[in-house]
Amino acid sequence: MDVKRVVVTGIGAVTPIGNSVPQYWESLCSGVNGAATITRFDISKFKTNTACEVKNFDPFNYFDKKEVKKLDLYAQYGIVAADEAISDAGISREDTNFDEVGVIFSSGIGGISSFFEEVKSHCEGDGVPRFSPFIIPKLLPDITAGHISIKYGFRGPNFAIVSACASSANSIIEGFHYIQYGKFPVMIVGGAEAAICPISIGSFEAMRAISPRKDNTASRPFDAERDGFVMGEGAGCLVLEELDHAMARGAKIYGEIIGCGSSADAYHITAPHNEGYGAYLCMMRALQDGGIKPNMIDHINTHGTSTPSGDISEVLAIMKTFGDHSYKISINAGKSMTGHLLGGAGAIEAISTVLAVKNDVVPPTINHFKDDDNIDPKLDFTFWKAKKRTVNYALSNAFGFGGHDASILFKKFV
Amino acid sequence: MSEIKEKVVSIIVDKLGVDAADVTPEKSFTNDLGADSLDTVELIMEFEKEFNVSIPDDQTEKISTVGDAIKYIEENYKA
Repeated sequence: MDVKRVVVTGIGAVTPIGNSVPQYWESLCSGVNGAATITRFDISKFKTNTACEVKNFDPFNYFDKKEVKKLDLYAQYGIVAADEAISDAGISREDTNFDEVGVIFSSGIGGISSFFEEVKSHCEGDGVPRFSPFIIPKLLPDITAGHISIKYGFRGPNFAIVSACASSANSIIEGFHYIQYGKFPVMIVGGAEAAICPISIGSFEAMRAISPRKDNTASRPFDAERDGFVMGEGAGCLVLEELDHAMARGAKIYGEIIGCGSSADAYHITAPHNEGYGAYLCMMRALQDGGIKPNMIDHINTHGTSTPSGDISEVLAIMKTFGDHSYKISINAGKSMTGHLLGGAGAIEAISTVLAVKNDVVPPTINHFKDDDNIDPKLDFTFWKAKKRTVNYALSNAFGFGGHDASILFKKFV
Repeated sequence: MSEIKEKVVSIIVDKLGVDAADVTPEKSFTNDLGADSLDTVELIMEFEKEFNVSIPDDQTEKISTVGDAIKYIEENYKA
């Protein structure tokens, strides 16, 4: 089947290490640590005290008072990231039919803190149901896609994909397919999360998924003493565009997506497959989809969350997929700096990956103190310092509870 | 301005993000103050909460202006 080529023409991000793409990329490359003591609520009774919060985000810089009250923080992050990406892409009604622009914008959990506060206020009240008419539209994980379409008048497909921490990666994959098969020329894709609130920190702690380490070096992917992830928050958005459409309007192009893979572990609701079989399958499928050989990959932006079992299973999957070529790949884990953005992670890491491909720079994995004896020392995790090297082909991985695996294959656009 | 009027105006300013100067009795929530159907429901709920009154559904349909709200609350509010 003759398929269309898909390029990235706009990017936007709100992250714990920068509230725009230029700030985010600069922080990534200089190894900025986004972790600090939680400020959002009283954390004293929890095991952890650390998260990667978005800093200096004043919603009133972006929304009027009435809008702020109707938008959960996760949607605010999502809309701000989308605004940056859309303005970066520079599409206008003169060069693009907005009826043909789709939005697939995800969240792993949606407006969980709004939900939590509403339930709390009901339980503390007199039992009379005084629920806000805005609570459902605030907590729905798909509502950001709706807000973006309303703001711009985009009337293409509009929905969210939920696959936990792979959500925004799956959104990118779905958007890629819509363009590849010639259905729509422009797709706004990505995801957002803002889950630094008692119920989610506490519940991830109960699963032993969050590191109990009370300092800002807790997110240490691939380190011997890693013991869980650090919660992050924020959003990432990409404008995907059919190549001829982008060329016709003279758009700048960050890179090309040439293939995608998704799979399931079919193993356990929260634990990754012990040999990384699902992760192997999705990386292989991305390579096959893009029609390239494993030994052409230069860089992998791992899911690498800093959990003991997740990191090792991803390493095993990489070794199984790439064999000896694994040693020549510059691997990194952005979550060492941003924490884990859950449903937003796939999008901000896809942005990191496409910028690595564009700029020939691989951002580092920080917080490495002790080598893990179970990880082959010949693997290059780009510890501590960004690496300047040619990156022609790169993979971005995202995995989620439920056993969802997603992998996106980027190629340098020349 | 009575205390009730003041509170009603401040709730409307807070919920609809409008200027207090624009909130005059003849103003319609939907036609003049930019409220949609969900905003109107929320306003009624806030009035109920603030003044500890219960506004039945058949009454809420009749409260379409700032003046309607003030009048209803003045008649039904027991301090």
